[in-house]
Parts: sequence; C-alpha cells; structure tokens
Amino acid sequence: MAGGLPALATLILLVAAVAPLSSAVRPVSDAHRSTSAELFAASPDGSFGDLERTYEAVRTFQILGVEKDKSLTCKLAATKLAPLSSSPAKDLFHAVRISGVLRCGVDSSVYDDVAARLKAVIKETDSLLELYYSVGGLLSVKEQGHDIVLPDSDSTFHAIKALSQSDGRWRYDTNSAESSTFAAGLALEALAGVVSLAGADVDPSMIGVVKNDIVKLFDTIKSYDDGAFYFDEKHVDATEYKGPITTSASVVRGVTSFANVASGKLNIPGEKILGLAKFFLGIGLPGSAKDCFNQIESLSFLENNRAFIPLVLSLPSKVFSLTSKDQLKVEVTTVFGSAAPPLRVNLVQVLGSDSKVISTENKELQFDLDSNVHYLDISPLKIDVGKYSLVFEISLQEPEHETIYATGGRNTETIFVTGLIKVGKAEIGISDNDAETESVQKIDLHKDTSVFLSANHLQKLRLSFQLSTPLGNTFKPHQVFLKLKHESKVEHLFVVPVKARQFKIVLDFLGLVEKFYYLSGKYDLELAVGDAAMENSFLGALGHLELDLPEAPEKAPRPPAQAVDPFSEFGPKKEISHIFRSPEKRPPKELSLAFTCLTLLPSVGFLIGLVRLGVNLKNFPSLPAPAAFASLFHAGIGAVLLLYVLFWVKLDLFTTLKYLSFLGVFLIFVGHRALSYLSSTSTKQKTA
Amino acid sequence: MPKATSDAKLLIQSLGKAYAATPTNLKIIDLYMVFAVATALIQVVYMGVVGSFPFNSFLSGILSCIGTAVLAVCLRIQVNKDNKEFKDLPPERAFADFVLCNLVLHLVIMNFLG
Repeated sequence: MAGGLPALATLILLVAAVAPLSSAVRPVSDAHRSTSAELFAASPDGSFGDLERTYEAVRTFQILGVEKDKSLTCKLAATKLAPLSSSPAKDLFHAVRISGVLRCGVDSSVYDDVAARLKAVIKETDSLLELYYSVGGLLSVKEQGHDIVLPDSDSTFHAIKALSQSDGRWRYDTNSAESSTFAAGLALEALAGVVSLAGADVDPSMIGVVKNDIVKLFDTIKSYDDGAFYFDEKHVDATEYKGPITTSASVVRGVTSFANVASGKLNIPGEKILGLAKFFLGIGLPGSAKDCFNQIESLSFLENNRAFIPLVLSLPSKVFSLTSKDQLKVEVTTVFGSAAPPLRVNLVQVLGSDSKVISTENKELQFDLDSNVHYLDISPLKIDVGKYSLVFEISLQEPEHETIYATGGRNTETIFVTGLIKVGKAEIGISDNDAETESVQKIDLHKDTSVFLSANHLQKLRLSFQLSTPLGNTFKPHQVFLKLKHESKVEHLFVVPVKARQFKIVLDFLGLVEKFYYLSGKYDLELAVGDAAMENSFLGALGHLELDLPEAPEKAPRPPAQAVDPFSEFGPKKEISHIFRSPEKRPPKELSLAFTCLTLLPSVGFLIGLVRLGVNLKNFPSLPAPAAFASLFHAGIGAVLLLYVLFWVKLDLFTTLKYLSFLGVFLIFVGHRALSYLSSTSTKQKTA
Repeated sequence: MPKATSDAKLLIQSLGKAYAATPTNLKIIDLYMVFAVATALIQVVYMGVVGSFPFNSFLSGILSCIGTAVLAVCLRIQVNKDNKEFKDLPPERAFADFVLCNLVLHLVIMNFLG
C-alpha cells in the first residue's frame, strides 16, 4: 500500500481541485428490468418494430436476463438471412446479431452465403456504415461458431482508418465534409472487428495510431458539474441529431471493443470512464426504447472492459434519523451492482449548508461482507439535524487494481439527518399596552393544550417558546405559524419570528383590528411548526381566545365569504365582488335641453342678420340649364349634410364613405358647372 | 380719464363707419363667423357647467365651430377685392374650396362626435 499512497494522494489532489457536486446514481436494478419490458413492446409477428429495434430489444433483454419467447423472432431473422432475400448489409447485420443473441441455431450453409455476401460488400464499398455493418455481421457469424477469416484485412483497416479526422472524429464517407463523434464510435467498433477477424496480426503501428485517435476523441468529451462525462456532436444538424445518449453509447461500444482486442492499455484517464458510467446511470429509468438499449448496453460494456472498470459509490438511503440511531451505509459496486474488489471507504469531510465545513476527521467505514455494505456510526461525529454533504474517499487495497478499476477518488453525496425537536419554555399570555400587567401561562406544546384567554383591542397577545435539536442547539424550522380562526371560519396566519434563541410573537390587536374585519368573538389558536428535518412536525391546538373588538365602521372591508365546504370541488365558489368604474355624473335632462336651445340661438341670430343685410337671391341664374345645375349643387350639399346626420345616427364609416364618394363626384361635377357659369357671368359683367 | 373714454368712443364710431362701407358679401361672411364663434362660446359655457364628459363630443362641437370660422376667414381673405395677393383668384373658386373644406371638416367632426 505504501507505493499506492503517493499516487493516490496526487490523484486525490487532482480530483479535489475539481470537486464534483453530489451524484445521485444507483446501480442497475430490477426497476430497469421492468422499465425495459414496458418500453419494448412485442408485435404479433415477433418483432419489436423494425429490425434494428428488434435487435435492441433482444439484446437489452439478454443483458438484463429477461426471458422472452424467441421462436417468432428467430423466424423473422431467418427470413432476412435466407439466401434469396437480397437483404442489404444493414439488415443482414441486425439479423445475424439477433440470431446470435437468441442462439437461434442457423444452418452453416445460410451463414456461408451471408458471409460471402458481406465479404463482397467489404470489397466494393468505402462507406463507413457499409463497412461497419459487414464487418459487424461477419464478427457475429464468427462468434456463433463459424470460422471466418477476413481476406486482406489490412486494406479494410486502412479503408476505415482513412476516414478519420485529426480531432479523433470520423467521416461517414469520402464525400461528406462533416465529421461525427457517433461515426467515430462505429469506426472503432469496426476496426476492433477487423482485428478480430484478421488472419494474421494487424500492423501494431496502426493499432498505436488508432489508440492516439481514441485519446484525441476523449479530448472532445463534455462534462456535467456532478462528475458525469458524455459525448455529443460538435455540429448539431436537426435532421440527423442523435443526442448525447446515443453518441456516448456509440463511443463506449467502440472504445471498449477496441480496448478488448488491442494489446496494452489505452491512455485514457479512468476518471472519464467513471464519468461515462455516472452519465449512463444518471439517466435513471430511461424514457424511450432507444435510450434504454443504449444505457443498458453501454453499462454492460463498461462492466467488463479492458480499459477501466468503473466502480460507483451509492447510498441505499439518504435520510438518517438520529432518533433511531441509523448507521451511515455506503455501497461501492460495479455499474450492474456486482461486488467490487477489496477497497477502503473513508469519510473525509462533512460539509453543512453553504459548504460550511463541519468536520474534517478522516474516519474509515467498516465493511460488512455479507451485505457488501460499508457502514459507519455517525453519532460520534455529533452531527445535528439538517442537510449535509459527505465527502468519501475510495482507496483500492491492491495496487495492481488501480490500473483496472476507476473509482474517482473523492465522491460527494448529500444526506438528510432528521431528529426529534424539543419544544420548551412555552408561554402564552395577554398583556396590556403598558406592558406592566402581564398574565402569562406556561404551557406544554408537546400535547394539545387548552388555555382560555380573553382580550380586547387595547391588549396584546404574547406567545414565546424555544426549539432545540437533539444535540441541544437552537433549531430554526422552515415553518412556524400561529393561526387564529374565528367561529365564522375566517382565518389569519402569522409567522413567528425568532430572536437569539427564542421564538416570540406579539399580536397587538390595536393594529390588527382592521385585518380581523372587526370580528369579535371566539378565536381558536393553533400553532404549526414544521421542517423536513423534524420528525415530530406538529399542528397543535393551543386553546381559545375571546376577542372583543370595536364595532365596524360603515366603510370597513367585509370578511371574504367562506367556502361552503373547503374540500368540495364542485360546490359554489367564493363570490367575487367586481369593482366597476363608477359611471360619470350626467347633468339633469332639463339643463341639457336648455343648452341645446341656447346653442341653436346663434343660428337664428345669423338668419335674422342675413335678412337685415338684405340678402337676396338675385344672382341665381335665370336660364334653365344653369339654374338646374345651381339647384342641384345646393341639393347635393344638402344631401351630403343629410348623409352626415345619418352617419351620426346609425351608419358606419365605411358605408358613409361609400355614399360620400358617389355624392362627392356628383357634387364636384355639378358644382363646377354651376360656379363656372357664375364666374363667366360675373366676368362678363366686369368687362361689360 | 375723460379724454381716454371719449377717444375710445370716437375710435369705435369711426370703426363702425368704416365697416359700413365694406361690401355686402364680406359682411355676410363676418356675420357667419360671429355666429360660429358664438355657438362655440355657448358650448364652452355648457362644458363649464356640467363637466367635460364625454370629452370627445365637446371637442368635436368646439372644433366644428372654430374650424368653420377659420374657413370663413380664409374665404373672406380670398374674396376681398382689396387683397392684392388673391387678385387673380376667382371668388367662385374660393367659395368652392370653402364648401369642400367644410364638408371634409364636418365628416371628421361627425366621426369624432360619437
């Protein structure tokens, strides 16, 4: 262990520099099994959707150990593999893998034909997807017991490698310009397949180059704050976007497959492998079939791989009760919940809320072999009730395991500590304004009390008490309410403030008279104290208060109408009193009529004045045609004015404008004729 | 001071005499203007008594009176033979403008009256 400690210390320092937040991962469990059974629904013909979905379903069930009837699915795969089916490489790929997972027992002649077809595809194509499907299909055929050797494996290797980019990603074929992380995963899996199928050993320098590509690919990894690592595409194309789960799953498949066939270790940090495991476990129960398949298959590849096997730390329960003296229990397992190699778990730090350090004692947890649980008694740590972050440190006991397993060094978990809160020194009483005369009663808030108080609006109600935790500290709960309920069911809530160690509230009724809607009578007193960390949150009755308030003045607000039955959903609701704008005060009708007549007076005066001036119609044209035009002109003006009156009374603007346009055209024409005649006569008069 | 009042009286008398000399059609237009402004004043008094609700009606009434008075002023300017600027404008043309503008004004007024 001596050799391991300095390396471990540096690892811890590195990891502590990026101290992750608490993770909430649990290993794969029965919940995943039932979820997968729900998500993958079988059709009557034995498939689960298209061929790819069928493969995903059977593979997920295989990993999780779910038994399903396989005969129909095997038949479906067989039809795809039949020699005359002319299925493309993609279908052959999925069908062969389905047969392999379900152990369908396919004829060797069928497989010979399939292998020949796939080898032909490999020879002709340079597209990554085609190479992937064909190599994968051949690999699966070989794993089912048939001897396959890939001729010219070096050129296939080169063909796949040629599509790689400098940042570790891969292109899909020579024509496409975009590189993709998902494609990188496919390419690595295909390369691993080529190495397995090769007759002679593949050039080790090429393997070394691919290992470098993997390192570069891992440089593009992204991470969340809680220590989960994942892969995502650099360019998001809306039609082709696969999402981080699918992309990360593809990379995990590729990297673990390649690590299993390549000699020597891959130069990727174990922290990233552990981060990928945390990412997939952090999904929880997946929501879609594809996510379920990607999650389960990636975790199964991570469970047993030659790069690093991730070990996750999880807590079976996050709530510890001081009353029942719960022990802190921690599990360190593989992603599927299998036992970890021998290791030590130490609790190094306890942080309170706002990251306040409570304790930095390094305590080793003891290991129970039967239940595979590390446990610790936390009462010596003197932790009070509340929410805490615990920092654990995992150290492997065998030094050679450090190259096999990834533990992530430090892990942070959030726990909740609950306990019984003692309520003490409770006093309630009525005091007069001058605070000289006080009558307080001591009450016990642990059980319902029944004090009887009476007060008028000049007095004050005082209530005070202290809350203390099991360790004797003052406790500030989330909710401390005093409720006063009138016999007419009108309620009032008051928050009880805390000062120093005491909770104290003083209700000055003089200021509260309006809030209480001037309702005198009997009020029920209730005290509610509650918090998540409190095991004995309570709503207790304190007693009754006979309150005498003055009479309500006329304009006092009425109390809101109480619901007929607060729990009935369909009963009459509280009546809403709308506030309407008070209508404007209008003058009396006689006054308005008088002023209307008064307004018409000036027009009368105008007419009288015209008569006085000696207005005549001498200039009206005498000849019939101009006379007609002149009279039509006056008629037209009159018509327009009549139209305006109609507009005011009942027409709208659009009809008015329509009629006005007709009248206007008519008027212009007529008026022009009339006035030009008049002007011509007047010029004749001037010149004559 | 007695001189001031007698001066004012003399001024008004001479004004009245000069005014009597104006042509009749200008006097008609002046009378029309007086009628329009008087109507406006009566409406303002009414608003002062009962308050300005509804305000849009009050405005449209006032603006119709004042607008038509303004148009009458324009007509008077254009028709007045002593005005050198509008020597070449036939009075019938000015009257046609007056009528047209009044019709447009009253359309807007009617719309705003509510």
